[in-house]
Amino acid sequence: MQVSEIIEYPRQFCTLAAQQTIVAIDRAIPILHAGPGCSSKIFGGASFSSGYQGSGYVGGSAIPCTNTTERDVVFGGEERLREVIDGALKVMDGDFFVVLTGCTSDIVGDDVAQVVSEFTNRDVPIAYAETGGFKGNSYNGHELVLESIINQTIEDAGERIEGLVNIWSVVPYQDPFWDGNLQAIKRLLEGIGLKANILFGEKSGGFKSWKQIPSAQFNLVISPWVGVKIAELLESKFGTPWLQYPSIPIGAVETSKFLKAVGRFANIDEKIVDEYIKEQESSYYYYLEKAADFLLEFRYGLPGRFFNIADSFYTIGISKFLANDLSLLPGHQFITDEAPNEYRSLIEEQLLKLAPGVSTEVSFIADGGKIHEKLRQYGNRYSPLIIGGTWDSDLAKELDGYHLSISLPITDRLILNRHYVGYDGGLRLTEDIYSSILQSYQ
Amino acid sequence: MTINLLNEDLQIRENRLGSITGYHGSAKDLSNCSRKSVLNDRERSFTQCSSCSSGTAICQLAMIQDAVVINHAPLGCSGDFPEFNFINRTGQIKRKMKLKNVRLISTNLREKDMIYGGNEKLEKTIKEAYERYNPKAIFVTTSCGSGIIGDDVNGAVEKAESELGIPIVPIFCEGFRSKIWATGFDAAYHGILKKIVKPPKNKSNNIINIINFWGDDYFSNLFEKLGLIPNYIVPFTTITQLEKLSEAAATIQVCSTLGTYFSTALEQEFGVPEVKSPPPYGILGTDIWLRELGNIVGKEKEVEELIISEKQRIEEELQDLRNKLKGKKAFVAAGAVHGHSIISVLKELGIQVAGACTWHHDPILDNRDETSDSLKHVVDTYGDIQLTVCNKQSFEMVNLLNRVEPDIFIVRHSGMSIWGAKLGIPTMLIGDEQFGLGYQGIINYGQKIYDMITNSSYVKNLSKYTKLPYTKWWLEQDPFYFLGGNAGE
Ligand code: SF4
Repeated sequence: MQVSEIIEYPRQFCTLAAQQTIVAIDRAIPILHAGPGCSSKIFGGASFSSGYQGSGYVGGSAIPCTNTTERDVVFGGEERLREVIDGALKVMDGDFFVVLTGCTSDIVGDDVAQVVSEFTNRDVPIAYAETGGFKGNSYNGHELVLESIINQTIEDAGERIEGLVNIWSVVPYQDPFWDGNLQAIKRLLEGIGLKANILFGEKSGGFKSWKQIPSAQFNLVISPWVGVKIAELLESKFGTPWLQYPSIPIGAVETSKFLKAVGRFANIDEKIVDEYIKEQESSYYYYLEKAADFLLEFRYGLPGRFFNIADSFYTIGISKFLANDLSLLPGHQFITDEAPNEYRSLIEEQLLKLAPGVSTEVSFIADGGKIHEKLRQYGNRYSPLIIGGTWDSDLAKELDGYHLSISLPITDRLILNRHYVGYDGGLRLTEDIYSSILQSYQ
Repeated sequence: MTINLLNEDLQIRENRLGSITGYHGSAKDLSNCSRKSVLNDRERSFTQCSSCSSGTAICQLAMIQDAVVINHAPLGCSGDFPEFNFINRTGQIKRKMKLKNVRLISTNLREKDMIYGGNEKLEKTIKEAYERYNPKAIFVTTSCGSGIIGDDVNGAVEKAESELGIPIVPIFCEGFRSKIWATGFDAAYHGILKKIVKPPKNKSNNIINIINFWGDDYFSNLFEKLGLIPNYIVPFTTITQLEKLSEAAATIQVCSTLGTYFSTALEQEFGVPEVKSPPPYGILGTDIWLRELGNIVGKEKEVEELIISEKQRIEEELQDLRNKLKGKKAFVAAGAVHGHSIISVLKELGIQVAGACTWHHDPILDNRDETSDSLKHVVDTYGDIQLTVCNKQSFEMVNLLNRVEPDIFIVRHSGMSIWGAKLGIPTMLIGDEQFGLGYQGIINYGQKIYDMITNSSYVKNLSKYTKLPYTKWWLEQDPFYFLGGNAGE
């Protein structure tokens, strides 16, 4: 693990943010063994301030929690945890329960495994993960809890379903567009004849879809690093092969590449893939053409360089889209997700060859204060387009630039099922970027 | 005496005021027990997530415009930064201040820091904060993590203070120490009183400290007629402004759950008189409050005139609203004293209060004054009601709401309104605590409630399609199934 920086303008939270991963699984109930403020702070940061995503079925103020007191710190909190699990099983209407620990429990050293095992022994569908906040950030928490659920509850029933693909990609809530993005991925895969096993969000089927994980033909990781560990774990457990596509496919260039890569890996007849791509591209360019008059004739200034301040997933995806589909030139890209060292060269490689002849500088920084300082060094000579979070809007103004919030925190947009994945995702992003530019002239 | 500024950290509310988070029964009984100090807390065996003192401490500190707040914690404890930023920005716009982000920095404690201690990192962060902003003061709020590993925050702060020459104020607000998140307000004020407020140089006879959150300016209008000037504290102030709090003519508070410690200490330590009265909500409460204020600042005559003219002004509209809202019933869920304030306003409007839930209960306030007892005021003025004390336990509240089926659900705390919506009950979140204040506040409330009841299609439709996360079994149980112990002797 890298030495952690101090952080101004946080764009992710602690490992316990995994509570939002659980909330994203239909009818799964998180049970927190943590301090009294953890859950609501995380809900506030990772859900409400991520485009005003709501409580959902069992998020927000519904989440069972032991609310650690001084007594639990001094004498241990195992008995309290037992009580709260017991109550949760009676009160909460769920199919599956996941105990998550916070800093207090992990520092004090409560034997959570022991307490939870008392319930698994009674055949209660329950798992646990030690997610004490100091262990890492939201992305780490997401992976940690996926790993725990898989290791503790998923069994191979021996069945294999041709064409079924598990999707490991967006981090629910941390990606404000996760719900819409997952649906879009599902539609894309359906387009080439595959069936996506979506594990989170609307119509994902809840825990049933999780039970199906071992039956998949392959695992698809759409991310530069989050989920790779999971695919490796599933390969070793169930022998499932996996494919990684390191970028979120936005717009025609990347989406077509993505579909081809997946098609090839899944042994799908090339003709089927090509035909689907052709049909999608034709409608994509029909709309993109509509933008041409505006894009080519707008006289009042358009961005000179784009700067992403986002996680590696979006930074790569958006940079590729802007460079390939809209011919914009990159300034500097700031990656904020504290991507582990072993994945950094892959990330850099993606950004070095954005489009033929186009590459970008990249820094891995989570501290927004430092990012802003660096951006100020570029001055206002570029009319920068800053694609980041709400933290960055003042800076864009200061540098005579433009700004769009696409990464947490987003308190200047309401997000329901908007998505940026795929052909139509690219059109959405184009609309959003240029609408925000036009807005700055009002 | 409960206030001792020589102490590094303050006594939590449980120990200082005997505050509790578990009760159900009659408001009258609770009030009686409270004054006799025979109140026992009732604990719940099953609980849902609550809130903590760190959030309430930061909510008072983060919007001091020329200070920086360092959250000495792992990164999850910064979950509320973006919301404070939003509040800061909307407040700046309303007050015509320069628009800028909130100045909050996390020390981002990680595993290594948990093992070797976070002091070094804290010292580094303080320096960095100073360099980035050149602030007039730096506040350091602690966390569960820093508290349990036993970081020497005082040591780090003193060292940095002698190097940098600005006040660096430790705020001890570890979440696990108190079940009552209002303790965090006290912690923030304790720090401000200890290290920022200076002894008075020139006493003012017309500046009135108003302890509040970040609501709109409702006081200027009222005060103009009395020749007084409002001094809203603590959000949206500067350090210089806080230094001079001791010079004010009096302190008032929109809610004594918020300001009890601060206003009592300002009187005790710096001789700024606290206006001791029920909260200025509802007609009688506002009368008493205004008279007490008039007494302190020597404006008795002006106050009497104001009371008469204000009452006349609202009379007709109030009668109209009472007619429109006849027979309606409400359920209230809010912080302790603010909950009592809302009840007063509803009662003035002739709305039946079918139940109320306050997040905690302070049997006494720091000033030990009986006229300031808001629950007693409600019971004496408007009669008894059914009251629950529960620290945001939504399972209990949903069970209750489901039985009571009110026409309107009135909430003061984010994250709770969804339950009204899921049950198809028109729900009104009180975002601005000053909205219901004074005589005009009754009209404001009445109109808003009437509007909400008039068109409730959104929640009605929603309730047909959303599901509650509670079992059928639970919704059929007594709402206080998990509440143990006894309330009184
Ligand atoms: S960092 Fe620790 S104390 Fe803070 S929210 Fe996360 S788990 Fe809770």
